[in-house]
Amino acid sequence: MQQHELRVLKPEEYFIEVEPYYEPVADEVTVFEAAYANGLPILLKGPTGCGKTRFMEYMAWRLKRPLITVSCHDDLTSSDLVGRFLVKGGETIWVDGPLARAVRAGGICYLDEVVEARKDTTVVIHPLADDRRVLPIEKLGELLEAPTEFCLAMSYNPGYQSVLKDLKQSTRQRFVALEFSYPAAALEQTIVERESGIDPALARQLVKFAHMTRNLKGQGLDEGASTRLLVHAAKLIHSGVAPVVACRSAIAQALTDDADMLSAVNELSASLF
Amino acid sequence: MDVYLDPALSSRRTAAGPASELAAFPPREQGFVLHWGAVIARDNAELAYQFTAFAPRGLRLMDPDAMESWLLYAMDLYDKKGQVPAIRAFQDVEGFAANRQERLAGIVLEDISGVLERFVCGLNGRALRIAVGERCHTDTETIFLPGVVGRLPEKEANFRLYKAMTVHQWAQGWYGTWRGNVLLDAVAREELSASAVDLFHALETVRLDACIERDFPGLHRDMQALRLALDTQLQAYAPDWQDIVRPLRDPAARVRDSLALWADLSGHRAPPCCYRGELLPEAVRARMQIRAALDRDSFRIALARLVEEQDKQAPGEDRPDAETLPETAARLGTRAKEDPDSPEGLTYELFLDGKPVAPPEDVVSTMESIIQDLGEIPPEYLVAAGPGLYRRGLGSEGKDADSAWAGTYHEEGAFAYDEWDFSRQHHRKGWCILREHEVKPAGLAFYHATLRKHGGLIKSLRRTFEVLRGEDRILKRQPYGEDVDIDALVEAYADARVGLEMGERLFTRRQQDDRNIAVMLMVDMSGSTKGWINQAEREALILLSAALETLGDRFAVYGFSGWTRKRCEVFPVKRFGEPYDDLAKGRICGIEPRDYTRMGAPIRHLTGLLRAQDARIKLLITLSDGKPDDYDPAYRGEYGIEDTRQALFEARLDGVHPFCITIDETGPEYLPHMYGAANYVLVADVARLPAKVSEIYRRLTS
Repeated sequence: MQQHELRVLKPEEYFIEVEPYYEPVADEVTVFEAAYANGLPILLKGPTGCGKTRFMEYMAWRLKRPLITVSCHDDLTSSDLVGRFLVKGGETIWVDGPLARAVRAGGICYLDEVVEARKDTTVVIHPLADDRRVLPIEKLGELLEAPTEFCLAMSYNPGYQSVLKDLKQSTRQRFVALEFSYPAAALEQTIVERESGIDPALARQLVKFAHMTRNLKGQGLDEGASTRLLVHAAKLIHSGVAPVVACRSAIAQALTDDADMLSAVNELSASLF
Repeated sequence: MDVYLDPALSSRRTAAGPASELAAFPPREQGFVLHWGAVIARDNAELAYQFTAFAPRGLRLMDPDAMESWLLYAMDLYDKKGQVPAIRAFQDVEGFAANRQERLAGIVLEDISGVLERFVCGLNGRALRIAVGERCHTDTETIFLPGVVGRLPEKEANFRLYKAMTVHQWAQGWYGTWRGNVLLDAVAREELSASAVDLFHALETVRLDACIERDFPGLHRDMQALRLALDTQLQAYAPDWQDIVRPLRDPAARVRDSLALWADLSGHRAPPCCYRGELLPEAVRARMQIRAALDRDSFRIALARLVEEQDKQAPGEDRPDAETLPETAARLGTRAKEDPDSPEGLTYELFLDGKPVAPPEDVVSTMESIIQDLGEIPPEYLVAAGPGLYRRGLGSEGKDADSAWAGTYHEEGAFAYDEWDFSRQHHRKGWCILREHEVKPAGLAFYHATLRKHGGLIKSLRRTFEVLRGEDRILKRQPYGEDVDIDALVEAYADARVGLEMGERLFTRRQQDDRNIAVMLMVDMSGSTKGWINQAEREALILLSAALETLGDRFAVYGFSGWTRKRCEVFPVKRFGEPYDDLAKGRICGIEPRDYTRMGAPIRHLTGLLRAQDARIKLLITLSDGKPDDYDPAYRGEYGIEDTRQALFEARLDGVHPFCITIDETGPEYLPHMYGAANYVLVADVARLPAKVSEIYRRLTS
């Protein structure tokens, strides 16, 4: 009988070898390490593009554990997280989902944009998120106990609230929360320089531009430019694109579709370069 | 010509004059005039004569396209206003030719004020308004610009000129032309002639331009290009002008230095500048006086709040009329911190009892406003407000509102609602009397006009909402349905193979999205909505109601207003359960601005109505133009905001989600406190309100 190799992704085998570039804004590294040492799960709150995922990569490198990321969406079921039986060549084989893999390997499981998932899916993590630190797998009849190296983290953006999608108190009160937001101007400038390789003067102007767009938040823009957008624009500039053009495509068009707002944002970028 | 001009000719007037003039032109032009002359003559022979008489002059000044738009313009006037204006238009052919450039390439401020306001908001500092003014200037809160600009031959260039004017006015505020009263004091001391102010303005412009050059190289380039194009006499000015003004280009130069240099140069002529407008110190003085008092008082009130948080009790309770509490002055302090982004390079940290305190956002913007005006936080500002200032609100005399209504108001058939007194941290039971009043339906003319005006928008809104409703969601893992859910089946099969129980939820079902939502729309009918805002509110309601009808969501529309606590009023426009028929539409059209905005009681009343609805999700959406306010000055300010906040909190406890849509630009200062950081939205442009409201609703409920 031919045994087919079950083709399965094994993220728990990938350790981050190279130090990811991350600049601490406040004391998030210390708090995360303290939470990790105490076996507490962590919730990262903040707008998009301000370093949450990069922070997770950095911590995974620092703590020398594999990072297993799950992007949450509306159709995510508990089997997607925990695991399921597959039929292969007449045999049924149990395949662990990313959450079970992380628990078994003592890695860090990172649930990105957790509010997108349905509530009946997110309750699966409750036993892991309180002091029990176990993952019950009913289908296997197994109670998987998390080793001390295991860590559960999740992220969400509190700014986009729909009445239908919200984080329940019973979930959020299990977590240590870290708030992320845009770094201070000098720090942001350093980050942009390091990530793209452009010179400090240009980086400073880009950061100024980002601040201008953040002034417009609530006046018609949902969010100002995130650090990630700045890095995109900087990379384009470094490759030879004119600064105003780079700002237009990488930042303005990404932020809004409203004609008046686009004009205003483009005028702002044209004023700086 | 005699043929078509015949009715207009007489013994005194012949076609000979026009004919001989026209003869000088090539055949094509002649044909043009004769053809159009005949066409016009079919309508009105007199006009045809005027056209023919003045056409030759026009031909000398304009090309055929322009000629055509000239005669169409005149005929338009004839259709709308009659013969006399049309005749005048034909006779004023020179004026038309001159204005043509402006008409073609000119920009109207109305079209671009949205872009300019956002641009200025992005630049930083106080959010300035843009308005049309006779003279181009600023009073530090509004920038006044000409209604139309057409000096340059292209639209793009005229826009840049507008932008340059705006930036210059903004720069006055940011780079300190008016800061610290230095300039205003100098003006007050001396007798200044118009040309003297002009010269000072020219010097100050040099300093401001140098600041702009350092911080905004792109803007500077544009502005200098404009000066090259328009200020052609610049070269004629004293060649040593550049040397004289060089010290002003230094980064450390301030308005003082411009003043000193001006004193030396009196008698010099000022070079022109296409974008600098004028300086009107009196307008600035008046505005700054009002603002200084407001800023100082709100800063002191904020300090009192901070002291209260620290002490866990309200300060100065034993002195209910005190305006300030001098003993707190010793406990408060500030320290300047370097900050290259702020106007004077400094921001201020607040200290209470030697420890730093982090002030909330609205206090931070008050502090920034004070620093922008005065250059620092003056030490005398550092004293907490006493209860007298708190209660008084800001800048109004106390009136005994209760006595106005005592004895003349029947309290039967009305609802009594509690009000939250935040300083005592308890409810005042039955404090507000609320009644429901009928709205008289107006004719449906406004309704139809709105449908016409926003016809395209309504169609696309309907489409978007129909997609929402008709979204055939495929529900997976259902116990019964039309189709098999393969994923579920595979899992169940695998489970069965292992020996586990096979799952039952193996089907997919198509389902019309079951929207179980009830919406209460609360519309601000206070007097401040008069005019533009009231119209925009009604349009928004019509659009939103059309969308809600399509969606099938249950909704109700109520207006609210009020006049003191004894007369809170709520106006049912459409109740739950009533159909959205002509009567309801008529009532929407009949919404009129009324009195004040005492929000707490209406919120409690409408929450009660919403609670009685059986729906999974209940939304309370407020359309407002500003803060809670009342004739009774105690409600203004802190008290009103706290009471509203408490009412909204009580609504949330009842399972109702409140949300606020406002056009008040200062909204972001108090709305997060009342509604929550993510539960409000500012629609900066009232004309956009209709479109935005529907978009927001869609975002909220999907």
